[in-house]
Amino acid sequence: MNKILEVRNLSKIYGPGCPLCIESTGPDADTNLCPHCGSVVAIHDVSFDLFEGEILGVMGESGSGKSTVVKNLYFDQAPSSGEAIFFDSDKQHDLFSLNAAQQRWLRNHRFGMVYQNPNLGLNFNISAGGNIAERLLMSDLMDYGAIRERAKSLLARTEVLLSRVDDLPKHFSGGMQQRVQIAKALATQPPLLFLDEVTTGLDLSVQARILDLILEIQQELKTAMVVVTHDLGVIRLLTGRAIVMKYGRVIESGLTDQILEDPQHAYTQRLVASAL
Amino acid sequence: MLPPILQVEGYGKHFQLHEQNKLIPSSHNVSFSVRRGELTALIGPTGAGKSSVLKGIYRTYLPSAGRILYRTARGQEFDLVRASEHQILELRHSEIGFVTQFLHCLPRQATLDVVAQPLIGLGVTRNDARQRAADLLSAMSLPERLWSVSPATFSGGERQRVNLARGFIAKPRLLLLDEPTASLDPKTAEAVIGLIERLKADGVAMLAIFHHPETTRRLADQVVELAPPPAIEEILKDLA
Repeated sequence: MNKILEVRNLSKIYGPGCPLCIESTGPDADTNLCPHCGSVVAIHDVSFDLFEGEILGVMGESGSGKSTVVKNLYFDQAPSSGEAIFFDSDKQHDLFSLNAAQQRWLRNHRFGMVYQNPNLGLNFNISAGGNIAERLLMSDLMDYGAIRERAKSLLARTEVLLSRVDDLPKHFSGGMQQRVQIAKALATQPPLLFLDEVTTGLDLSVQARILDLILEIQQELKTAMVVVTHDLGVIRLLTGRAIVMKYGRVIESGLTDQILEDPQHAYTQRLVASAL
Repeated sequence: MLPPILQVEGYGKHFQLHEQNKLIPSSHNVSFSVRRGELTALIGPTGAGKSSVLKGIYRTYLPSAGRILYRTARGQEFDLVRASEHQILELRHSEIGFVTQFLHCLPRQATLDVVAQPLIGLGVTRNDARQRAADLLSAMSLPERLWSVSPATFSGGERQRVNLARGFIAKPRLLLLDEPTASLDPKTAEAVIGLIERLKADGVAMLAIFHHPETTRRLADQVVELAPPPAIEEILKDLA
């Protein structure tokens, strides 16, 4: 097994920051808000490795910083400090020292993201097919016929009715919007996919079918994924390893069955006990 | 004689429950070894920590003390207590299997695919894997009409057969069995015993907990008796 992503000491602070921010926040301080300068320490000192074809879970409650982790890695935001190396076949990319154009290239070609809110992942003013075409165009596929065929096959793969390929995503149900997002993210067959609370807020039966789809894709394409969720069911179903976050810090990491059956940290024990 | 495939030395496990501020002992100072083509049975009263030993070997539990030395097919030796998460995942994928009392599988997946999955993971084609799964399920007389539906709605005994077939199919080098025949009728239990004997003949090393002493007597080459762990104060004194 080869490493695909190495994240070291990733930190993100919103606000001016002060020398007391770190010691005044975190799970022991029971807050992520620095009482001295009012900054929010969204994440601090987050490190993990991801291997090819592996699904890593990032779990925690709202405000734990779990979404901030993937937003930094997908270049939606810049971290305050830290390092991430992306291993792409024989090349290595030091993510946060790349320039904007290089970052955009990786986003468009090698990474995929599915957001909880389809508004962030889809352009609601163009058709479902157009959304996928947009991503294919950004990754240098230029032939109209080829783009249209590829968009159709992706939508078929994610079980979106082909009769709706020219409809606007805003007229779709929530579950269908997520399917279009997944199709769009997969358009370039990226080796690395970020999923941020993709089933939150959907009906249970729709959730189940989306999770099935994600697993099928993972088994077919061996895509490595980072799955952010507060839902222990999703963690159990999708992931092999997981990290647990609270107030911006990683408090525990391990094999998923171990975290669920033998959680070490007091917080994880409470989280697991309250879910059973 | 070949060296053992698994050597457990002074294994101990206790749980620290932060909420109640308590330490709960589960296993203490357990030592034994397991050889290829042999079945080692763990016996002892409820609370002696039998399942805890199996889960410690599989890393579902993080051991509190001791070493668990595993020798791979390539002759490398790993201490499973200290091996990295990815090393453990790799061993689970290719060498170490675990049949628990509960079936954790993906919902909405046909039984045949649930059983075939470990073989497909090893690179066997889907058709061949499903054929092998069908053979195993019929050997355990799971009615064919159930093969295409998800095990989610199955009875305890049906589910256990699915679980066993899934554990047996890839013939792991080391197979951990936690009460594999507990909820089976006598005829099916007999079929499972036959399959376990075949795995032994194929060289699979097994570490098992059986519900019935009679099953232990018939299948075990070696019996390890566990006693309930002493009070936590004694254990901590030992570890200090």
